[in-house]
Amino acid sequence: MEDKRFNQLKERYNYMHDILAGKNNENLRLLASRLEELDSRFPALSARERETAVTSLEDLFNFVEKKIEVELTPMDRVRIVRNPQRICLRDILENVYDNYTEIGSMGEHSPDPAMLIARAYITRRHGKRVFNQSVMVIGHEKGHGEEIRNGGSAQPWGNAKALHYMKVAETENIPIHTYVFTPGAFPVEDTPGAAQQIARNLFEMGNVKVPILAVFSEGGSGGAEAVGLADRRLMLSHGYYSVISPEGGAAIEGNVKRGPRATPELIEKVASDLCITAQDNLRLGYIDRIIQEPNLGARCHHFDFFRLLRQEVLRATDEIVLDVRGMQPFRAMGKRSRRKKIEEGLNMENVRMSWNLSPSAQERLMERRHRKFRGLAGQAFIDPRTKWDLFKQGLNETFWELAGYIRYDLLRKRQQNIANFFGEIRSETSLFIKNQTAPLRRLLGKAIPPLRVKRNGEAEKQLTTLSDWNDGNERGQWSYVSPKAKEDKAVICPNSATHGCLDMWAPDLYGEFAGVCTNCGHHFPMEYQWYLYNMFDAGSIHEFNAEIEARNPLDYEGFDLKLEKAKAATGRKSSCMTFEASIQGINLCVYMLMAPFRGGSVGAAEGEKIILASERASKKRLPLLAYVHGTAGIRIQEGVNGVIQMPRCTMAMRRYIDAGGLYLVLYDTNSYAGPVASFLGCSPYQFGIRSSNVGFAGPGVIQETTGVMPPPHYHSVYKALARGHIQGVWDRREARFNLHQSMLTMGGRNLYYK
Amino acid sequence: MLDISALLEEVKASPYVESSVKTPHSGVVSFNDDLKPGAALFGPQGLYKEKPGTLLANLERERVSKSINALEKGELVAVNTELAGRFVQAGTEIMRVRHFLSRKEVLDIILKEALHLFRAPEKAKYYFVPAVDLKVKNTGPKSVSVHDGMDLFIISRMKRETPLRYSGPDGVIYAVYFSVHQNLDAGEPLIGICPPSQVNQIEEVAMRVQTEWPDE
Repeated sequence: MEDKRFNQLKERYNYMHDILAGKNNENLRLLASRLEELDSRFPALSARERETAVTSLEDLFNFVEKKIEVELTPMDRVRIVRNPQRICLRDILENVYDNYTEIGSMGEHSPDPAMLIARAYITRRHGKRVFNQSVMVIGHEKGHGEEIRNGGSAQPWGNAKALHYMKVAETENIPIHTYVFTPGAFPVEDTPGAAQQIARNLFEMGNVKVPILAVFSEGGSGGAEAVGLADRRLMLSHGYYSVISPEGGAAIEGNVKRGPRATPELIEKVASDLCITAQDNLRLGYIDRIIQEPNLGARCHHFDFFRLLRQEVLRATDEIVLDVRGMQPFRAMGKRSRRKKIEEGLNMENVRMSWNLSPSAQERLMERRHRKFRGLAGQAFIDPRTKWDLFKQGLNETFWELAGYIRYDLLRKRQQNIANFFGEIRSETSLFIKNQTAPLRRLLGKAIPPLRVKRNGEAEKQLTTLSDWNDGNERGQWSYVSPKAKEDKAVICPNSATHGCLDMWAPDLYGEFAGVCTNCGHHFPMEYQWYLYNMFDAGSIHEFNAEIEARNPLDYEGFDLKLEKAKAATGRKSSCMTFEASIQGINLCVYMLMAPFRGGSVGAAEGEKIILASERASKKRLPLLAYVHGTAGIRIQEGVNGVIQMPRCTMAMRRYIDAGGLYLVLYDTNSYAGPVASFLGCSPYQFGIRSSNVGFAGPGVIQETTGVMPPPHYHSVYKALARGHIQGVWDRREARFNLHQSMLTMGGRNLYYK
Repeated sequence: MLDISALLEEVKASPYVESSVKTPHSGVVSFNDDLKPGAALFGPQGLYKEKPGTLLANLERERVSKSINALEKGELVAVNTELAGRFVQAGTEIMRVRHFLSRKEVLDIILKEALHLFRAPEKAKYYFVPAVDLKVKNTGPKSVSVHDGMDLFIISRMKRETPLRYSGPDGVIYAVYFSVHQNLDAGEPLIGICPPSQVNQIEEVAMRVQTEWPDE
C-alpha cells in the first residue's frame, strides 16, 4: 500500500517537473532530495515507519503544490493542458456521464481519432424516480499522448463528423456537449480543406436548434472554434484559449522562419501577453464561467473534480434551457431562487429538468445565441460614434427597412399582380382577335403587310457578333493605373521557365495589361485601388463606418507603435473598408480587407465593420461583396478578441444569407487562416482572382505541424477550386463583368433588384 | 548490327555529358564568384525539386536581374570570365558544365540504342493476351517472339477491354516494363524488343554496367 503511495509521489514529482520545465528549482530540488532520501531507506523501514514517512512526504508535496499553484505562469498552464497526465475526453465520459457509446470510432479505427463523438446520458433522480437525460458529446480526444490522436488536432473530416452528429442531435432534439481539447486544427488542404470545414461548422452551428454547451480545456484558435460555438462556454481553470499557440506567436514575434526556434523566454512572454488563461477570458467576456480544478490541474485520479464538472455541466445545460423556455417573466423569479439554492449547495442530480425544446423555444435559443456573439468584443475597438450618431443611424436603418418593405414587399407584389393580370388580358385579347380575324386574313392574304418589328440595334449586335472581353474597357484604358507602371524596368514572369514567357516592360504590364502576363496569364499582385476604380462604377463609392478604429485591446507590448505605423502608412484606421458602390448600375454593399494594413489581418474593429456592413446590406436589400485584397488571418496581438470574430462574423453572414441576400467573396493575392476558415469560407459563392492563394496555414506551418512538405502550388486557387472550396477562378480584367453576372443570376429574394 | 560492347566502351571513355550554359536573353552577366572550374554543382533539390540548383550567374537587363542555376548535378568545367560585367547577346555561352552519368542513365542509353520500346498508347491497365501471358509466366518473356501486327495486349480501362496489336520490328521480348493491375500513363514503355541474336549480348552488357559502373 505504502509502495503504491510512494510511487504516486514519484509520479507527482515527474508531473511537476514537466509542467515547470526546469523552473522553480528550489522547490523541486527539495522534493527530489526528500524522495531520494526516502527511496534509499525505504526497504529498511517497518510498515508503520513507511506509513509515517510517506504521509509526511505527501503533506510536503501538498504544501509545495499549493505554493507552485499560485505562481503558475500562463505558459505553465499551457504545459499542464498538454501533459499526457491531463484528463482527456474519455476520462470525462467515464466519470461525468453515467453511460456512453462511442460513435464511429474504436481507437485508431476512426475517420479521425482526434475527434470523438459519443451518445451519452446523465442520470438524475427526483424522489424515487430516475431519469436518463441523453446528450451528444463531441470533442477532441488527446488520449493521454497517444500518437494516433495527433494531440487533439482534428483533421477536416473529423470536424465534418462532428458537424454531422450535431445535426443528428438536432434531429433527436437532445443537447450537445462539446469538449475543446485541441492545440489547433490539423492544417491540411485535402478534400475538404481545414479552413473549408471549420467555416462550414461555424456556419451550421450558429443555427443548430438544440442547446450547445462547450467546455474549454485547450482552446487553440480555429480548431477550437470548429466545435466551440456554444450557448454557454465554460472553461477549466487551468486551461487556455488563444488565437495562436504561444510557440507560433513567438515565432511570428521573433520573426523566426526556419532553423532556430523562438527562445523559451520569448514564448513565456507571448503566452503572458496574449491573455490566454481562464481568468483573462472570463474578464474579457469570452467564457461564461470557470470550473475550478485541483492544484496544478485535473488528472485522472481527481474524482472530486469530475463530480464538480458533472454538476457544472448539468447546471449550464439547465440554464440554457431555462433561458429560452416560454413565460420568461414568471421564470425570472424561479431562476433567482434556483441560483441561490445552487450557491447553497443544491445537488443538480436531484433536480428534474427536461431538456426538450418546443419549436418556439428553439427559435429563441438561436436568437439568443446570435445576440450573445453579436455583443462580444465591444470593448476591443475604438468607436467614436456618439449616442446621437447611433440614434441617427438607428433611425436610418428603420427607414431603410420600412421603405424596403413598402417598396419591395407591398408595392412590388401588387405591381406584379397587376402586371400579371394585364398580361393575361392582353394575351387572351390578342388570341381572340387573331381567331376572329383569321378568315379575313386568309381572304386578303398577301395584301396585308407583315407586322413591323421594332429593331433593337444593341440587342441585334449582341446576338449576331462575337463578344470581346475588352469591349467595356476601351482596350486596356483602365481608370486607375498602378504606380508600379511608372518604373522603367523589365519584369520577369514567374512562369517564364516553364511557359517561355518573355520579360515585360513594367509600364506595359502594370498599365495596359492590368498586371497580367500576356503569355501565360499569370496575375501579378495589384493595389486594392486598382479594383476600387476599375471594378466599380466611376464615382459610385460611398464609404461608411470609416471612423471605427483598430486598437490594442490587450496592451500587447510594442503593438501600439506597429498599429500607428500601419495607420500612418495607409491612411486607414483598420484593415477593413466598408462602402456602398454600384456595378453597371446595380448597387451593392462591399467590405474589403486590405493587405497593406497589417497584412489585412482581422481584429475586433474589422469584425465589427464586417457585421455592420452585412446588417446594412440586409436592411437595404443589397448584395454583399467581400473583396479580399489579402488577409494573413486573425490579428494575433488582439488575442481572443480577434479569434472571436470568426464565430461573430460567420453568424452575421448566416443571418444575412438566411434573410435572402447574396453574399459573394472574391479572393485576391493571399488569403489564409481564420477569416477563410469562417466568415469568408462560409459563403456559397466564393471566387478567386487568378494566381491568388487560398488556404488555412502556409507551407511553413504545414511542414512544422504535419512533418510533410506540401507540394508546390498547394494553395493556388485552382487547387481550391478542385477541392470545392471556391466556385470559380476569374481573370482580373473580367471581375467587373463577372460580378455583374453573379448579381443577376445568384442569391436569394431579399435583393432590391429582384 | 548494333555493336553494344563498342557503345559501352564509348560511354566508358567519356562517362559524362558536357553541355554549355547559354544566356536565355541579352543582358549584363555577373558570375557567382564562389564557383571556380572544378567546383561541384547541384541540380534542383527537395521533394518537389522546389529548391533551385547551384547559382551559376546573374543576368541583368532593364534593371531586372535573372538568376541562372544549374539544372543537373555535375562539375563546372570552364567559365568565360572575360564576359563578367559585360553586355552579351541571347545564346552566348558563358560556362561549360559536365554531368557524370549515373548507372541508370548509362543503362538507359544502352537499352535505348539496343531495344525497340513499344509504348502504351493511352492511360490504362495492360495485360498480355492469354496465350502470350501463359508463355511469359512459364518460360519467361525472352521466349516470346513478336512480329508486326501480332495481337499482343489487352487494354483495360473502366471495365472496357480492347485488343492492342504490336507494331514495330520483329524480335523477342527482352524486357517487360509493366505488371498486372498496374495503371500506366500514355507514352510509358510496355515492352522492349530486340533481335534474338542480341539477347545474350545485352544481358552481358547490362550485368557489366551493374557491377562495374561506380555508384552515385
